[in-house]
Amino acid sequence: MFGLDKKDFRLLLLVTVLVALAPFILNPFPEGSGMAQFNAGYPDLMQRFVIFGIFAIGFNILFGLTGYLSFGHAAFLGVGSYAAIWMMKLLTMNVVPAIIVSVIVAGVFSLAVGWISLRRSGIYFSILTLAFAQMSYSLAYSVLTPITGGETGLQPKVNDPRILDGSLADGATPKANLFGLEMGSSIEWSVGSWLFTFNAGYYVAAIVMLLAFYMSIRIFRSPFGMMLRAVKSNQQRLNYTGLNAKPYTLAAFVISGMYAGLAGGLMVAMDTQVGAERMFWTASGEVVLMSILGGVGTLIGPVLGAGAIKYMENILSKINSDILHTWFAFLPDGLEDFVVTLIYPFIGKGWHLTLGLIFMLVVIFLPGGLVEGGQRIARLFGRKKKSTDTPDGKTTPAE
Amino acid sequence: MGILEVKNVGKRFGGLQALGDVNLSVAENTVHAIIGPNGAGKSTLLNCLVGKLIPDTGSVMFDGQSVLGRKPYEINQMGISRVFQTPEIFGDLSVLENMMIPCFAKRDGAFTPNAFISMMKDREIVERAEEMLVEMDMADARNDNAATMSRGNKRRLEIGMCLAQEPRLLLLDEPTAGMARADTNNTIDLLKQIKDERDITISIIEHDMHVVFSLAERITVLAQGTPLVEDTPDNIKGHPKVREAYLGESQDAA
Repeated sequence: MFGLDKKDFRLLLLVTVLVALAPFILNPFPEGSGMAQFNAGYPDLMQRFVIFGIFAIGFNILFGLTGYLSFGHAAFLGVGSYAAIWMMKLLTMNVVPAIIVSVIVAGVFSLAVGWISLRRSGIYFSILTLAFAQMSYSLAYSVLTPITGGETGLQPKVNDPRILDGSLADGATPKANLFGLEMGSSIEWSVGSWLFTFNAGYYVAAIVMLLAFYMSIRIFRSPFGMMLRAVKSNQQRLNYTGLNAKPYTLAAFVISGMYAGLAGGLMVAMDTQVGAERMFWTASGEVVLMSILGGVGTLIGPVLGAGAIKYMENILSKINSDILHTWFAFLPDGLEDFVVTLIYPFIGKGWHLTLGLIFMLVVIFLPGGLVEGGQRIARLFGRKKKSTDTPDGKTTPAE
Repeated sequence: MGILEVKNVGKRFGGLQALGDVNLSVAENTVHAIIGPNGAGKSTLLNCLVGKLIPDTGSVMFDGQSVLGRKPYEINQMGISRVFQTPEIFGDLSVLENMMIPCFAKRDGAFTPNAFISMMKDREIVERAEEMLVEMDMADARNDNAATMSRGNKRRLEIGMCLAQEPRLLLLDEPTAGMARADTNNTIDLLKQIKDERDITISIIEHDMHVVFSLAERITVLAQGTPLVEDTPDNIKGHPKVREAYLGESQDAA
């Protein structure tokens, strides 16, 4: 189906279902209950899940397949964002041109950066990409202020030209839309004490993410993808097999740069503002963490990693000491304070500490990331199933 | 005129003259061995042929075209394949995938940009790769991870990958180094078979005299960066200069 084999198609189908039902899946707890703060099914966060999913999927095409570790991908995300916001300022608040142009501009920029950075490999390549990203960040803050808005960043204003849109009434705020469908609009549905939010922006981003995911599967399974894995495996043999590694690595770099640009464009489509901090090196580092946490070189890993990190960033960081006290109120006073003091560094602003610990655990015990964890669990169940299956004489065909 | 013509090639690494003034002519469809004691410059010479090193002086012509200044992948596309001292294969890929890569390189050239077609549906390539695996007697291992194979099988796969490109010249750098006797004999048989069945020129660098004398039709002896003699195996065996280079002057060889 769609040129995918059975296994890949099932994965795509699973992801589609999960993404479509995310407003339910991410909101398992009733409103107003103590657990409601663990609900992640609100538009802002769901949008971030899929957008960073796209960012990580693209990054994985470069890092996962070729092994080239870029520390500068946030620059492409930022460039894509700036391109998108300028489209909204000059052309129209419709997100389509913004997203398309963000991909193209990021692609051209990554072609230039990749052309130079890919002259080196290993740590030198990483440093070159990092240097480019930091240069972009500094330029956006200083010299390029007329284009980037410097410290204040950019936002669509009422009096921007927007040649394709009619002029807005005074006091109206320009809102991103898809042929009239506003990105911020939501339908809310309450069932009992549950509240589910279906946000237009989320579903637009989700459809783009599914397309991006589908394309990444096709790339993984193509001769091109195989060559990228060959680059990672043994570049010497590739060269002595009559293949030039450079166009492969450069193409992978540009494709992942375009994915980053797409993510940047979508961010602007969802939340119409850009600041240079989006290009800071920690943002580049974050996507590396997402890929490794989820499983480098796996199809679904980066999406899981992006989800896990964004969930922690937004949910764990909201928990404060008051909430902890209510949780542990059942303990005797002294003990309660002690437990809260013990846990406190790991929550709220300390969520990075938890992330770091989880990251260390994953790297040490599950080098294949969360995907490997999932596979181990599946194998555990698979073995049990097989033993119950054999008496019936049932055998599953090998895939 | 041979298929490979090396003229006055010299290469210096700092103070070390690795290759002095090498002249070598490899005739088409022969097996030509290059032997010599350690440090004679055999590997340096080989690296000059495949573009890994660029000689300081002289010329290297393959089939009437100069290889100097060309990248390794370009030289490979001209028809020279190389087998390394330690088998160089794609360890993370399956055996079949390993074999598919040279098939792509043969058909599509140095860059295959088709990112959206499924590689398993490219029947032409898959069939060609499977054919080669059968020919190399490795069809059973098709889905194995290449890194898990024995050294002998890795060598076999590597030679098969080179042959899949149908090269006109196959360069082998000590193909049996570090192998057990049985594996060495298998490799000799394989190379003999290749020589008999294909229109191919083979140039082999080797330490193991058993391998050299069972395969070679011409032998060049290299010592201290210059060729001492070039002759048939029978004449080389008894040549006084060769004994001298290998055993030293004072010794009387048995």
